[in-house]
Amino acid sequence: MAALPGEGMTEAARAPEAPSPVDKTPGSEPRLVIETRDLKKSYITGAGDFEVLHGVDFRLRQGEFVSIMGPSGSGKSTFMNILGCLDTPTSGVYELLGDDVSKLSQNELAAKRNVYLGFVFQGFNLLPKADLMENVALPLLYARVGAEERRERSLEQLDKVGLKAWAHHRPSQVSGGQQQRAAIARALVGRPSLVLADEPTGNLDSQTSDEIMALFTKLNDDGLTLVVVTHEPDVAACAKRLVRFLDGRLVEDGPVTNRRKP
Amino acid sequence: MLFSMLWEAVRAMGANRMRTSLTMLGIIIGVGAVVLMLAVGEGTRVTIKKQVDAMGTNIFIVLAGFQNTGGARTGSGSSPRLKAEDGEALLSIDGVEAESPVSNSNLQIVAGGQNWNTMVMGVNEEYLTVRSWEVEYGRPMDALDVQSSARLIWLGKSTAKELFGSSDPLGVTIRVGTVPFTVTGILAAKGQSLDGRDQDDTAIIPMSTFSRFLQGTHFQGQVRMIMVKGKDGYDMDIVQEDMRALLRERHHITDPEQEDDFFINNLSAVMESAEETARAMTLLLGAIASVSLAVGGIGIMNIMLVSVTERTREIGIRLAIGARKKDILTQFILEAMLVSVTGGLLGLGMGALGAYLVSYFWHISVYVTVFSVSLSFTVSLLTGLFFGLYPAWKAAGQNPIEALRYQ
Repeated sequence: MAALPGEGMTEAARAPEAPSPVDKTPGSEPRLVIETRDLKKSYITGAGDFEVLHGVDFRLRQGEFVSIMGPSGSGKSTFMNILGCLDTPTSGVYELLGDDVSKLSQNELAAKRNVYLGFVFQGFNLLPKADLMENVALPLLYARVGAEERRERSLEQLDKVGLKAWAHHRPSQVSGGQQQRAAIARALVGRPSLVLADEPTGNLDSQTSDEIMALFTKLNDDGLTLVVVTHEPDVAACAKRLVRFLDGRLVEDGPVTNRRKP
Repeated sequence: MLFSMLWEAVRAMGANRMRTSLTMLGIIIGVGAVVLMLAVGEGTRVTIKKQVDAMGTNIFIVLAGFQNTGGARTGSGSSPRLKAEDGEALLSIDGVEAESPVSNSNLQIVAGGQNWNTMVMGVNEEYLTVRSWEVEYGRPMDALDVQSSARLIWLGKSTAKELFGSSDPLGVTIRVGTVPFTVTGILAAKGQSLDGRDQDDTAIIPMSTFSRFLQGTHFQGQVRMIMVKGKDGYDMDIVQEDMRALLRERHHITDPEQEDDFFINNLSAVMESAEETARAMTLLLGAIASVSLAVGGIGIMNIMLVSVTERTREIGIRLAIGARKKDILTQFILEAMLVSVTGGLLGLGMGALGAYLVSYFWHISVYVTVFSVSLSFTVSLLTGLFFGLYPAWKAAGQNPIEALRYQ
C-alpha cells in the first residue's frame, strides 16, 4: 500500500477488496496501522511557544476500535488532527502503515487522507447542494476514479448503511441520523485503512446515537479499524479499547472491561 | 474529472442565481461595449477605405489659384488660369501616369419627357483611367471624340436611372441645356464620395465639346482643375514637387518668394489620413469599452472572494477527504471562468444586436469582425482566469483544520 502518493491513490482506489480484513496469520499480531513516538505539538502564540502535546506514544493495530476521551484542552483534538493527516507534529514520529508522514507537505498529506483515511465529523459536513450519492462519491472524484465507477461504488456504500433509497435526496431532506450514515458511507467509499470519527454522535439524540454506534460496531466486526473521539461514556463504552488524554499527555490506555452492545 | 468539476461549477452558479446574473451583467456590458464600439469604429474605417479605393490611388487634383493677393478674392478654382495644355505637359514628369482636365457645370438635361439637373463634366479620354472608373455599358471615350469635339455623353448610373428608368438609353439623343448629345455609355456605379455626394449623379462629355458649347467664351481653353494619377511605385511627394516646379515654370513664376497660382492636393493622402483617423478612433473606442470590461472583471473577483469566504467550510470538507490545493484552485477558477465566458457569449450577442440597431436607426455602417468576436471572447476568458485566480488561490490556501471549524 505504501507508495508514491499519486500511484498509491489510484491503486487503492481501484483495489477490489472492501475494508481490509483482519490480517491474522497464526502466531503474529495484526498489522500496525498507526505508531507515534514522542509526538509533540506546540503552537506559536504571542506569549511564546505553547505546547499542547507533550510526547505521546501510541500504537494502533488493524481491526482495533479505540475511543479517545478527555476534557477540552487535553490535546485530544490536536492528536486527532495529526492522526488524520490534517496537521503535522512539531517533533516526534508519526508512522501511518509504516510510512513516516510527520514531515509531509500539504499536498502529500491530502493524498494520504484520500487513500488511507476516512473522516466522520460531529456536524456531518455534507455538501448541502449535492445529493447523498454525490456526497459519498466525492472522495473518489479526488482519487480520479471514473464517473461510472464513482456512481456504482457510492451506491454500494449507501446500500451498506441502508440509504440506497435516499441516494438522490439532499442532506437537508433527510434526518440527522441519515446524514451521519451518509457521512460514514463517504468515509468508507475509498476503502480506507482507518476511519476517524470526531464526536460522531454529538449532534444526535441518544436513540440515533445508538444506531450510529451499532453501525460502527458492525463495521468493526467486519474488520474496519476505527478511532472515535467522544465526551460520552456510553459511546466510549462501545469501543474495545479506551484511551484518555489529560493536559497533553496520554494518561490511560487499556481495554474496555464492560463493553456495551448498542 | 474536469467535466465533473465543470458540472459542480454550474451548480455553484445556479445556487446563487441573482448574484451570478448580476456578476455576469458586468461582463455582458463590458464585452457588449467592446464588440459594439469595435463594430462602429470598424464600420467607419471600412466606409472610408471603400471611398479611398473608389477614388483610385495616387490621385492629385490641381486647382487654379491666384496670381496676386490684392483686391477681392474669390474661392480657389474660381479664377481659372489652368489650361488643358498644363495637364498634357504634366505627362512629361516621371511618375505621372495619366491626367485629365475637368471643367464642370450644373446643367439641366432633358431626355424625352424627363429632365434632370446634374453635374456635367468636360474631361478627356483619360479621365476614367485617372478615377479608376469604368464604362459599364456602351463604349469608352476615345481621343478622336475629344479632338473632334463630338457631342457624345456618358451618363452616371444615377443620372441614367433618373432620365431613362429601365429603358435602354444607348444611342438616344438628349439635350444638355440647348445642345443635343448622343448617349454613348453608362458609367459603372461609384457610390458616395467622402462628403456624402452621390458620385453617380453626373455626366461626362469631351473637354473640347464642353468648352465649345457649354462654357462662356471668356473661359476658352481654361479648365477648372486637372486630375492627375501618379504611377505606382513612385514617391508621390516627389511627383507632387515635380508637378509644382513644372507648373510654376509654365506660369512664368520665377521669383521663389512668389506664391503659386495653383494648388496641388494629394487626395489619396487626405483620404488615407482619414482612414488612419478612423483606425485610431476604433482603438480609442475599444480602449474605453475595455474599461467597463475590467470593471466587470473586478465584479467577478469581488463575488468570488465573497463566495470563498462563504464556502470556507465546504473547502475544509473537500480538503479533509483528499482534495489537493490544485483541485480547489481548479474548481474556483472554473467557476470564475464559467461566469465570465457565459457573460462574454451573452455580451457578444448583445454587442452584435446593438451594432445592428445602431446601423438600422442611425444608418452608420457597422462591421462585427471575426477579429473583434474572437478578441472579446478571449478577453472574457482571460478576465475570468485573471480575476478568478486570486480568490481561487485564497481558497486553495486554506488550512483544512481551520476551514472545518469555520461556522
